[in-house]
Amino acid sequence: MGGYFSAVISIAFHGTAFAMVLYLVSVGLSVTMGLMGFVNLAHGVFAAAGGYVMTTLLNDYNVPFPAAVVLAAIAVGLASIVLERTLYRRFYGGAELDQVLMTIGLIFMSIAVAKYIWGPSQQPMQPPSYLSGHFDIAGRDFPTYRSFIIAAGAVVVTVLWLGLDRTRLGAKIRAAVDNRRMAQSVGINTSGLFSFTFALGTGLAALGGALGAEILPIFPGYSLDHLIYFLIVVAVGGLGTIRGPFFAAMLLGISDTAFKYLLPEFGSFFIYALTLVVLLWRPKGLFGQTGRA
Amino acid sequence: MNPVGEGATFALETRALNKSFGALAVTHDVDFRLEKGSRQALIGPNGAGKTTFVNLVSGALAPSGGQIFIAGEEVTAFQQARRVKLGLARTFQINTLFRGLSVLENVCLAIGERLGAGGRLFRPAGARRDVIESAYLLLERLNLAEDAGRPVRELPYGRQRLVEIAIALGLEPKVLLLDEPAAGVPSTESGIIIEVIESLPADLALLIIEHDMDLVFRLAHRITVMVQGSILTEGTPREIAADFRVREVYLGERARR
Amino acid sequence: MTDASQRETLLARKLAAAPPAPSSPAVLALSRRHRFRPLEALPWIAAAFGFFAFPDYLSLGAQVFITILFALSADLIIGYTGIVTLGQAAFFGTGAYTCGILAAHGWTEPLSLLIFGTAAGALVGFLSGFVVLRTQGLTQLMLTLIVAIMLQEGANKATDLTGGANGLQGMEIAPILGLFNFDLFGRVAYLYCLAILFLGWLALRMIVHSPFGRSLTGIRESEARMHAIGSPVFRRRLLAYTISAAVAGAAGVLLAETTQVVALDALGFDRSGGVLIMLIIGGVGRLYGAFVGVPLYMIAQDRLAQQDPIYWYFWIGLFLLLIVLFARGGVLGLIDKLRRRWVR
Repeated sequence: MGGYFSAVISIAFHGTAFAMVLYLVSVGLSVTMGLMGFVNLAHGVFAAAGGYVMTTLLNDYNVPFPAAVVLAAIAVGLASIVLERTLYRRFYGGAELDQVLMTIGLIFMSIAVAKYIWGPSQQPMQPPSYLSGHFDIAGRDFPTYRSFIIAAGAVVVTVLWLGLDRTRLGAKIRAAVDNRRMAQSVGINTSGLFSFTFALGTGLAALGGALGAEILPIFPGYSLDHLIYFLIVVAVGGLGTIRGPFFAAMLLGISDTAFKYLLPEFGSFFIYALTLVVLLWRPKGLFGQTGRA
Repeated sequence: MNPVGEGATFALETRALNKSFGALAVTHDVDFRLEKGSRQALIGPNGAGKTTFVNLVSGALAPSGGQIFIAGEEVTAFQQARRVKLGLARTFQINTLFRGLSVLENVCLAIGERLGAGGRLFRPAGARRDVIESAYLLLERLNLAEDAGRPVRELPYGRQRLVEIAIALGLEPKVLLLDEPAAGVPSTESGIIIEVIESLPADLALLIIEHDMDLVFRLAHRITVMVQGSILTEGTPREIAADFRVREVYLGERARR
Repeated sequence: MTDASQRETLLARKLAAAPPAPSSPAVLALSRRHRFRPLEALPWIAAAFGFFAFPDYLSLGAQVFITILFALSADLIIGYTGIVTLGQAAFFGTGAYTCGILAAHGWTEPLSLLIFGTAAGALVGFLSGFVVLRTQGLTQLMLTLIVAIMLQEGANKATDLTGGANGLQGMEIAPILGLFNFDLFGRVAYLYCLAILFLGWLALRMIVHSPFGRSLTGIRESEARMHAIGSPVFRRRLLAYTISAAVAGAAGVLLAETTQVVALDALGFDRSGGVLIMLIIGGVGRLYGAFVGVPLYMIAQDRLAQQDPIYWYFWIGLFLLLIVLFARGGVLGLIDKLRRRWVR
């Protein structure tokens, strides 16, 4: 009995940490997809970029951990605005195939650039000493860093929920997600809103990539390898919502950890099967709206 | 199944037709009848739910309640395509055409489906001269023949509207729903629409949504007035013109001053 | 203004116009569009020429034919029906593994393997299409990806059947029709793949010009309109998806038969993504885009990836961006534009 309980706690803990990372990376994708209707397969590139910037600052320039993380998120977020205004913008409302190919092109280029600058192997990531090691709760050992990830994730989730629900900016974003044309005719500056939301989404992704480097190591093929998981979180959660990806990430994170622990011979097969079932039952995702995307 | 009732069945009938989006009810308990061979118009202020009604009848939208019958057969649960096979055709308020295809091919697709040839795999579409020529004749009727080979998207909006009608006619329907056919058509061309409507087969049931009152009073034998999702009243053009409630609905506050 | 007199004039006009048939150029053009044009013989002449002119490259040539067949299958669903799929390799891999597994268990007759693989591809296409085609947008895109990834993960883990990560190797394939053995120089492979490609192309060309094929284009252009003219949209899409999967499966069998190796990459994203890129290079939805895009891509890949795989990823990524930005219609689209300028 003690063995089962221990396993459940372990799965819940590690699953939640994984879920937080997935959430941080994917929430931006959900909102921008719902807002701009743009299939951004290259979203993972920004997460990887966050990871690379942070590890470079940490390892090569000895920037303290909190500063490295924040700088990485901000840098990637700002840089992404340039990309949004010059490239992405041209494809809003365009053919799905064009968006898919454009973002695949970005993925390929980013993989090559990452390999060229940082080499093909994983970026070493050592959390600072005050976040390393374990601590003790009720006789069980919990890795400190992963607890930190869970805590950080919870803080971000709360801020986002409050931000979207309580602020005017949040209201504008929700309005534009619901009905873009209507929002424009009411005087909402959708163009600026898009850029801001895009930067916010990529900044969060970079944060997720940086913080989560311990769970999802940073290497050139990051954006392609984990693409399917990010897409699953968004599709299962529902486009254009903040709640949706959270529950989807929790579902995915915990079941993935559970399946890999209990039935490792099957790998991710059950996750995909589960996703298939959920999407058949709820094609718009668990929290997807019936409004225009 | 045929509904229990005496006398002739109607070309189109709805009973207690309802549609709500969440708490918003857009169609309230609509009992509507269209007789064979009728020329009926559906009018009402903007947002009255006229196009929603057409969407419900054609099957583009699923009702929240009520029943729909075509020639006596209940079609409430039928998909759009099945209702088309039973003789229903509609045009869209906003042009919904195959923009990349030629005008001729747009109509060919409709005629092909009608003749049951739409799904054939083994012989080329071009071998069906009958389909192509019928389509061309239809285009001639609508003065579109000179544009037959051009892609629809190259045509001015008004002429695209005519293609919209051509497609519906290509289906040789028994019930035809025209949603603002003249909207966007320049007055030089609208004469054709009138001609075409007047030359429709006598046994075809026509329901036309229109804002152009001249057109309505000229073509319709019967007018239904819809306001906020319900039918306000029905009658001959003269009756409707004389009905103060209709005037109030249209002129609104001006009439009360 | 009486109904009767109006209809009489209409009838009279119809009778007057009917025989002889109206020879409007539009009518003629539409009724002749499916006829074979001399330019269409070009790829086959080139292929025949290649057989004699490049005897050292016949194995590569066979692979090009296989990839063209695969690209044609993808074009039917992406270009003509308008459904973007990130998992076309699912069907390709199904065909390849079906052939590989049967061969590993002793069934080595190539033509029957081809039939089995094609049927397996069709079955997977039909079953997955039934599920995938009920959705739209991102969900649909995701489901196409998931099907392929699931199959790949399944093949990865079912080591006894599929060889797992190592794949199936060294399968024996019997001579075609009992006469033509797959030789080291690739002569038989080249002609075999060319023949199957020819048949596949013929079939797809027929389908594309059929009323069914035209209705697929209609569905792509305006699904709402197709419903409103009584077209069974879901059924048509499902049939297109199944046919596309069958052809992809056939291409997969050819890969297994000619290389005698089946590995996980037959089901991989590289293959699904690659075929999208090849189509956009040549021109999507044009049947011949595949013939142009595939060789260009494969030659470029051969040259650039040899130098350094990094360069390949970077340049193809950049190239892809540039095409989508400036040359959306691919090579064939550019040729069209040039032709129109010249005519003026």
